[in-house]
Amino acid sequence: MNRLVFYTALLMLLNVALLLPQAKNDRGSARAPLRVGLVFDVGGRGDKSFNDSAYRGVDRAVRQLGVQAEYIEPGDGSDRESGIRLLAAQGFDLILGVGFIFSDDLYSVASEYPNTRFACIDYAKFDAHGFVEPPPNMVALKFREEEGSFLVGALAALTSKTGVVGFVGGMDIPLIRKFEAGYAAGAMYVCPNCRVEAGYAGVTGDAFKNPAKGKELALAQYASGADVIFQAAGSTGLGVFEAARQSGENGIPLRLAIGVDADQWNEAPGHILTSMTKQVDVAVFETVKAVKEGRFRGGVRVFGLKEQGVDYVYDDNNRSLISDQARARVEALRLKIIAGEIKAPTERK
Amino acid sequence: MSASVGEAAFALTLSAAVIRISVPYVLAALGGFWSERAGVINIALEGLLLMGAFAATVGAWFGHSALIGVTTGVLGGMILAGLYAWLTLVLRADQVVCGIAINLLADGGTRFFMKVLFDSSSNSPRVDAFDSLSRGGVAIHPIVLATILLVAVSTLVVYRTPFGLRLRAVGEHPEAAASLGISVSRIRLAGLLLSGALAGLGGVWLAADQRQFVAGMSNGRGYIALAALILGRWRPQTAALAALGFGAAEALQIALQTSGRSFERFGFALQALPYVLTLVALAGLVGRSIPPKALGRNEN
Repeated sequence: MNRLVFYTALLMLLNVALLLPQAKNDRGSARAPLRVGLVFDVGGRGDKSFNDSAYRGVDRAVRQLGVQAEYIEPGDGSDRESGIRLLAAQGFDLILGVGFIFSDDLYSVASEYPNTRFACIDYAKFDAHGFVEPPPNMVALKFREEEGSFLVGALAALTSKTGVVGFVGGMDIPLIRKFEAGYAAGAMYVCPNCRVEAGYAGVTGDAFKNPAKGKELALAQYASGADVIFQAAGSTGLGVFEAARQSGENGIPLRLAIGVDADQWNEAPGHILTSMTKQVDVAVFETVKAVKEGRFRGGVRVFGLKEQGVDYVYDDNNRSLISDQARARVEALRLKIIAGEIKAPTERK
Repeated sequence: MSASVGEAAFALTLSAAVIRISVPYVLAALGGFWSERAGVINIALEGLLLMGAFAATVGAWFGHSALIGVTTGVLGGMILAGLYAWLTLVLRADQVVCGIAINLLADGGTRFFMKVLFDSSSNSPRVDAFDSLSRGGVAIHPIVLATILLVAVSTLVVYRTPFGLRLRAVGEHPEAAASLGISVSRIRLAGLLLSGALAGLGGVWLAADQRQFVAGMSNGRGYIALAALILGRWRPQTAALAALGFGAAEALQIALQTSGRSFERFGFALQALPYVLTLVALAGLVGRSIPPKALGRNEN
């Protein structure tokens, strides 16, 4: 029995020890440098997407603004909150949580530490009365995914030879429906006679990690005539890319896919028309900069096309897949959205 | 004329999808059959599938060959099933608890070794895998062929051979079997290893279908397979048929989503179908599903 207590205590101690952030000391500046803590989402470092993007933002702040940064990669569940709490207790100036999953935890810790500043990417806290505004010492960094999706939707329709474009979502929730709504609106805007097929992998969190289902959804959409599919489905989307790879040879016409969050060209080279990117790094860097320059304000900050918070990839890799006319048309749409002449919808009609 | 051609093409696409989706269900259900008829509950099918997929990917990557991938995938399932056998047969631990532990181990362990081997806990690089022997025709994929064959062979072995008789005896009344000089543990070990091999092959299919390993890619398929086994009343052909039925429900759900949004709600109802049917079968509403008598009971 005593042994059991001993080992339990030992394990708990280890747990705490593992959580202790590894300090990166940037000595040399005369004044005490700004201290920034970043807590990663479950995917963690090296996800080639969301988390890595946030890391790049902080890393840039370290190099350009001389701030001091610490990173925590939590495991599942309650570790997230203890990570945030630990940083807050150590007197960090700014604490960043990567992902909507931090909404509740950051909200409660921010309320307890009114002198510490917090930032939550994709903040989405709701109660019975609807959206809950973040406390004054916390900024919610949100993105207009529908605007970027609008542009890739237009690009998909302009590139499609069949007049049918597809969308594969992960979990069927409002956040993912925003991608679909913008995408469908963009496609219909440039091609009113086009058809948009949409499918979701499921209604639970597991729907974001079911590549086999993603592949079947994509194959069904390709079979019904779609030749470009946009995925917003986590690793389920890898199945969409795999379905796209099975084309362009053996008499099957070339089928394309559109990546999400980060440039996903490397997942299926030659089959990725473009990727709708979220510039998490820009949002993170701007937030650190605001703290550094003493103009941090709490509340909701939204990053759309205008703020370059969302965009699509156009580079040497995919240039050959996109016609000059299509590129010009989409760039014209970008200006119209920025000018407010077009409003990308967040819900599909 | 063109409508009928379209319908034929749709039917062909749909049946190909049904087969692709059903293969892991059938193989895992068949795996469950082998261990449960020997009296060992196999809630670990989920972990065995995942382990098979992981081992197949690692084998195919380092061996540069699809065949090596298939071999390591099957072996991986067997090794994990061997661990399960050690826990339940040697240490006599509770079967359901151990099964869940095996699933958790597979989930965490694969991520850990992914990070070690490929420096990413979520996605492996692309690997070699078998293709169908003709384009578009999934029906002649070697693993599909093997699956059909394995269902037939399992039926034969269990109902027509001395080993099959012993296996069933151990699953129904281990004490009686032991009194006749049958080693209960040895028979159960054989059942579990076969279970691991079959579910491992199901995992191979998952990895081959994606040409890579993705963390958590079994995504609950092991539990669906267990449901198919129960619905199929612990018989290979009926379990395979139930698994095929679940695959068809999923394919239909995908097809409905694609053909228009009006069917959406109906589609998600279809997704719940396997679980509802299993509950119905367990409750005995449509012909009672009776498990092997000694299922879940460790030998004294």
